[in-house]
Amino acid sequence: MATLLLTIALVGSNMDAILKQSVALEIRQQVTDNKHLVASFKNPQDLDAFVENQIKQRIDALGLDKPWYYPPRLGLSMYKILTLDFGHAKFLTSDTGSSDVKDIVLEKMPRTILLFTTATLIISLIGIFLGALSGSKINSKLDKITSTFAVISSSFPVWWIGMLMIFVFAFVYQIFPARATPLIPVTEPGYLGALLYHMTLPLITLVLIGFGSWAYLVRNFIVGIMQEDFVVAKRAAGISEKKIIYTHALKNAAPPIVTVLALSLSGSLGGAIITEAVFDWPGMGRLYYEAITVLDLPVIIGETYVLTAFFLVSIFLADILYGYFDPRVRKG
Amino acid sequence: MSFSSKEISHEFSKNKIGLVGIAILGTLFVLSAIAVVTIPIESFKEWDDPAGWLTFPKSALPAWVNYFLSEKMPEHIILQNPQVLSQNVGEIFLTTHIFAVDYNYDKFPSDFIYEYTAKYSGSPLLQIWVVRPDGKELKLISTSLPQSKIETSYHGFIFSTDNSMIKNLRKNHDNLMFPIESLLAQDIVFSKTDVNKVLNGYYSFKVSLYNVKSKPSLELSKFILGGKVYGLMGTDELRRNLTVGLLWGTPLALFIGITVAIGSVVIGLIYGVFAGYKGKKTDESLMRFNDVIYAMPALPLLIILAVTIGNSIFLIVGFLVLFGWVGIAKVSRSMALQIKTLQYVEASKMMGQKDSKIIFKHILPQLLPYAFASIAISVPAAITTEAGLSFLGLGDPTFPTWGQILHDANTYGAAARGLWWWILPPGIMIAVTGLAFVFIGHAMDVIVNPRLKR
Repeated sequence: MATLLLTIALVGSNMDAILKQSVALEIRQQVTDNKHLVASFKNPQDLDAFVENQIKQRIDALGLDKPWYYPPRLGLSMYKILTLDFGHAKFLTSDTGSSDVKDIVLEKMPRTILLFTTATLIISLIGIFLGALSGSKINSKLDKITSTFAVISSSFPVWWIGMLMIFVFAFVYQIFPARATPLIPVTEPGYLGALLYHMTLPLITLVLIGFGSWAYLVRNFIVGIMQEDFVVAKRAAGISEKKIIYTHALKNAAPPIVTVLALSLSGSLGGAIITEAVFDWPGMGRLYYEAITVLDLPVIIGETYVLTAFFLVSIFLADILYGYFDPRVRKG
Repeated sequence: MSFSSKEISHEFSKNKIGLVGIAILGTLFVLSAIAVVTIPIESFKEWDDPAGWLTFPKSALPAWVNYFLSEKMPEHIILQNPQVLSQNVGEIFLTTHIFAVDYNYDKFPSDFIYEYTAKYSGSPLLQIWVVRPDGKELKLISTSLPQSKIETSYHGFIFSTDNSMIKNLRKNHDNLMFPIESLLAQDIVFSKTDVNKVLNGYYSFKVSLYNVKSKPSLELSKFILGGKVYGLMGTDELRRNLTVGLLWGTPLALFIGITVAIGSVVIGLIYGVFAGYKGKKTDESLMRFNDVIYAMPALPLLIILAVTIGNSIFLIVGFLVLFGWVGIAKVSRSMALQIKTLQYVEASKMMGQKDSKIIFKHILPQLLPYAFASIAISVPAAITTEAGLSFLGLGDPTFPTWGQILHDANTYGAAARGLWWWILPPGIMIAVTGLAFVFIGHAMDVIVNPRLKR
C-alpha cells in the first residue's frame, strides 16, 4: 500500500505535467484543425488567448488544476487503480481490438508468464542440480567451470546475448525466426504451436544467461552447509555423500533458494521489458516499451501497478515460504 | 574486521583474478585517455547528426576482415585531387575534373558519391561520365544546378542512388549480357560485360561543368567510392564510424559506473550506519523507508523517471543512485549494530563525543574495506542498467553510449541482417568493463570476508 502511494507520488507530478501537455497539444490541434474557428480570429494574439482559455477549462474539468497530492484526487486515482480500473489506453489496443487497459494487460500477461516462468523453472532446476554437484566437489574442474561461467555470463546483458542469438540462429543458421511474434492471428488453431516455436529462441537465451549465476548461488549455499557440524556427524555415521547433499544439505539450503526463486521470478518480469523488446515477444514487457515510446499514460500506470503488485506479492510469498522452510525465523 | 592498507595491497597482489581486473581496468582507462585526446568532444557530439557522416561508407565491415577473406572487399576511397581542365568555345565555358582510380577489389563498392561546391552565375550544367578499363564510356548523370543571377557558390551531393543515374545506366542495357533491372548503379558501372563480376583496372570519372557567359569553378570536389570495409570497427547503417563511438563509450561507461557506485555506496553507508547507530525509533523508521524503496521495481520506475523528468546523463546517474543505495544501507546497518557495541565506541560515547564524530571517525572507517568491495561490485550493475536504458532509447542522445549503439543496431535490425560488427564490439566492451570490476570486487571480497577463501 505504501509502495503504491509512493509510486503514485513519484509518478504523479510527472504524469500531471505530461497530461497537461497532452491536453494543451490536443486542444491546439483541435483549434487549428477547425478552419472556421481560426478564420474568425483577427489576430494571432486573440487566437492564442482563446486556446489558452480552452486549455485552462479542460484542465479544470479534468481536475488537473489541483496538484496530484490533493486528497480527493489522490484518493480517487488510488481507488481506481486498486480496483484495477486503469481507464482506456490512448493509442494501444489489444489484439482483439479493445482499448481498455485491463484487457490489454490481461491479454499480454499469460504470454509473459509463459515465457519467463518456464525459463525460471528450467534455470532453477539446472542451477540447483549443477550447484549441488559443484558444491560437493569444491575446486574440482566442474566447480571451476561453473564459477567461471557464472561470473562471465552474469556480466553480459541478457538482451545483448539475445541479439547475438538472433544473429546466429536467425541469420547464420536460419532455424528460428528473428521476430518472436507469431504471424498467424490469435484465433487460428495453430497459434499455440506457433507461439511455442517462436518462444524457443528467447527461452534458450534466458536459460543460457541465467543458470550460471543460479548454480553459483546454490554452490555457495551448499559449501557453507557442508561445513556444518551436522554434516560432519552424518558423514561420520557413514551416510553416503550423495545422500547428504541431495537430502540433507539441499533441504537446509532450501529457504534462501526459495527466496531467490520468488524474487527472480518477479524480477524477471521487470527485466522482461528489454528482453521482450529485443525478441519482439508479444508480452507485458513489449507492451510497456510500446506504451513508453508513444507515451500512453494509462497503460504505463496500469503496467507499473501490475508489476509492482507482482513484485510485492512475491516478496511477501518469499517471506512466508522462508518461515515455512526455516522455523527459526518464525520466532522473532 | 580492520585491515591496514598495506595488508590489503599485499593480499591483493597475491590474487591473480584481482590483478587481471586491474589490468583490464587500466587498459580501459588508457582507451578513455586516447579517446579524449584524439577525438575532440565536439566531433563526438555530432554523433546523432547524419549530415556529418555523409562521406563515410554505409554499413562497412571493419577493414581487418580483408585478411581473412579470399575475396578482397573494397576499401573506402576518397579521391580529392582531380586533374583539372578548362576550355572555352565562344561563350561556352567548360571546367572538367578527372578522377582516376585503380580499382582492384573483388567486390563492387557499396556506392559512390560526388561532393562539390560550385561557384558560378547563371545556370550551369553538371555532367558525370565514367571511362572504364575496357574503354567504354558511360554517361552517369546530367543535371543543371539551381539558377542564380549573381555569383554564387552551391554545395551539393550526387549519390549513386540517384534515379536518373540508374535510368541512364539502364539505357546502356544492350552492352551487357545479363539482366540489369534489379542492379544498383555501382553494380553496373564496375561490372564486366559478360558476367556481373567486378572488372578491375583504371576507371576515370569525368565531371564536367558547362556554363554560358562566365567561367564556372569547382571549389570543393571530392569523388568518394564507398567501401565495404572501413577503419578498425567498421561503420553502421547511418555511415557513422563505429571506432569513434566505441572509443568514446569507454570514458562514458566508466564515468557512469564509477559515479553511480560511489554515490550509492556513500549514501547507503551513511544512511545505514546512522540508522544502526541511532537505533530505536530512528532505526525503525529509516529502515521502513528503506524497505519501501526496496519494494519498488527498479527498471519500470527508472524508465518512467527517464521519460518524465529527463534523460540527461547526469540525471540518469542520479536515478541509478536512487535505487542503488538500498542494499548497501541494509548491510552497513547490521555492521554498525555490531560495531556500536564495541567498547571503544561506548567509551567515546561516555566521553561525550558528538554522534557525527563517532559515526565518521569510529564506525565508518571500520566499514571502508566493505565499502570498496561493494563499490567494485555495484559498478557492473550500473553500467548494464544504463546500457539497458539507452538500449530502450531512453539514454542521453548527446552522449551516445555503448547501449545506444546497440539500440541503433536493434532498430535497424542488425542482428537479423547479419551486421555482426555493429553488435559484437559494444556488448563485449560492456561485458569486459563489467568483468574488470567483478574481478576486482571478488578479490576484495576475499580479503574482506576471509571465510570465502576456501
